[in-house]
Amino acid sequence: MVRLSEVGLRYGLGGGEILHDVSFAIGPGGFRWLLGPSGAGKTSLLRLLSLATRPSRGSLEVLDTDIGNVARRALPPLRRRIGMVFQDFRLLPHLTAFDNVALPLRLAGRPEGQIGADATEMLRWVGLGAKGGARPAELSGGEQQRVAIARAVVGRPSLLLADEPTGNLDESQAERLMQLLAELNRVGTTVVVATHNDAMVARHPGRALVLEHGRLVRDG
Amino acid sequence: MARPSLRPRGFDDLGLRRALGDRMLPLLVAAMAFLAALAGAGAVGAAALADHWRQGAGAAMTVQVPRPGSAATPVAGTAEETRVERVTAILRGTPGLADTHALPESELNELLRPWLGGLAETTSLPLPGVVAVRLAGDGMDDAGFAALAGRLAAAAPGTTIEAHRPWVRRLSLLARSLQACAWAALGLVTGVAACVIAVATRGGLAVRREVIETVHGLGATDGYIAQRFARRAAGLAGVGALIGAVAALPVLVGLANLAAPFTALDEAGASAGQWFAGGQWFAGGQWLAAVPAALWLGLPVLPLAAGMIGFATAQGTVRRWLRRLP
Ligand SMILES: Nc1ncnc2c1ncn2[C@@H]1O[C@H](COP(=O)(O)OP(=O)(O)OP(=O)(O)O)[C@@H](O)[C@H]1O
Ligand SMILES: [Mg+2]
Repeated sequence: MVRLSEVGLRYGLGGGEILHDVSFAIGPGGFRWLLGPSGAGKTSLLRLLSLATRPSRGSLEVLDTDIGNVARRALPPLRRRIGMVFQDFRLLPHLTAFDNVALPLRLAGRPEGQIGADATEMLRWVGLGAKGGARPAELSGGEQQRVAIARAVVGRPSLLLADEPTGNLDESQAERLMQLLAELNRVGTTVVVATHNDAMVARHPGRALVLEHGRLVRDG
Repeated sequence: MARPSLRPRGFDDLGLRRALGDRMLPLLVAAMAFLAALAGAGAVGAAALADHWRQGAGAAMTVQVPRPGSAATPVAGTAEETRVERVTAILRGTPGLADTHALPESELNELLRPWLGGLAETTSLPLPGVVAVRLAGDGMDDAGFAALAGRLAAAAPGTTIEAHRPWVRRLSLLARSLQACAWAALGLVTGVAACVIAVATRGGLAVRREVIETVHGLGATDGYIAQRFARRAAGLAGVGALIGAVAALPVLVGLANLAAPFTALDEAGASAGQWFAGGQWFAGGQWLAAVPAALWLGLPVLPLAAGMIGFATAQGTVRRWLRRLP
């Protein structure tokens, strides 16, 4: 499903390496916490896995596709099979919550009839059934985060990446999210969750990738 | 519970209505279209002038036969003829000449009257015979011309051909140069319009950079994103060009009416003109009739062409910009 070997990443040509010699693999239906101090490179690693950037060196395999040896135009269909909850949400400011959630389905060319039902259902599930018509600027941080979560999972991705998905959620909402992630994981979705929330990790023990200064110091 | 409305139609996921919504682009394209219409009118006008000259002065020549009444160089086996009769006969038998007309002395005197006054009839001035000739179609090349001059001189020594060729050639060259300038202006305007659209598109891309990166990250293809921009650019450019074309119309009608006495309408122009004039659906019918058909066809093409330029330019610009994303 996901395989990295000796992956290095640098931003731009002048900058130093952010990730060094990162190697690990996650099988289909696997689950990983992604832990480490701020600035360790968690978001950068998720950017690699979400195909938002290519490794500077090493080999990267995502959804059983060798990203180093694949044409650029082969990437969009792969991206559509990946759900990503961004640390900074990245909702489209001019679209309503409903349209933000519906966007991945529209990009995938799903018939409009299905889109309405699925997006509405997803919004209801994250507790925002009544706020579908609101724009991101009219939502609280936690509500925006829940829209971002709904957008990431609405397309039933094979690989779900969540970057600090509970940062703006209260404890009960965080628990609800964990249940959703566990449920998706149970039906075969590969899940990677980057977080600083040690209490939540303690409540839901699982395999963890730990980064420090751009190096993978633990996998297990 | 307020049900969120579905808005698949006109779904603006890239927020382009705001990014490219400025009135600047249509206005600039309107100005370009206006200039393009003027340049097009220049090209059409120059072509009409060139035709006019070719059919007028260019298509005629005059043959002068000194001592027209004397006997022509005798040819064995033919009846004796005067020099002017022989020259006329040769001209009639020459391919490439449409109409040969020997001017009778009275007509000649008529032509000379402004210069000679009453003297024209009474003077004993030896007048040459004059044969007016119209060239058919493309007329005659230089070799044919020289051969004809040789044959005429052999039949009636001293005969000269007065053609307006160098003069016409120069006028045609002038008309062609004007036409080339007009086409160059049209090309330039097209290029500038493409640049304006490219700059506006790049501005739109820069403003929406984060949104585009996000949509790209969600799996949108380059083609999808480029299509969004291209449709919008095509619409704005098309509307702009429509405004420009409509604004150019009164100017073109005015110019066409000023030029009408100098350029005979070609047949297509005349028929379109009759259609407008004959219809009389409003008082300006005769005015509109002066505008050549080529322009009536060209004006509606402007918005279409601008739309296509907008579409293609935005496509190229966006696709090139997207190459920076993985
Ligand atoms: N686009 C970028 N260009 C240059 N450097 C970057 C960029 N994004 C991140 N970095 C650098 O990469 C390092 C790792 O950043 P990253 O965002 O991956 O850390 P993180 O583990 O996600 O931190 P946090 O827990 O605070 O979110 C940081 O030192 C940061 O300055
Ligand atoms: Mg981060």
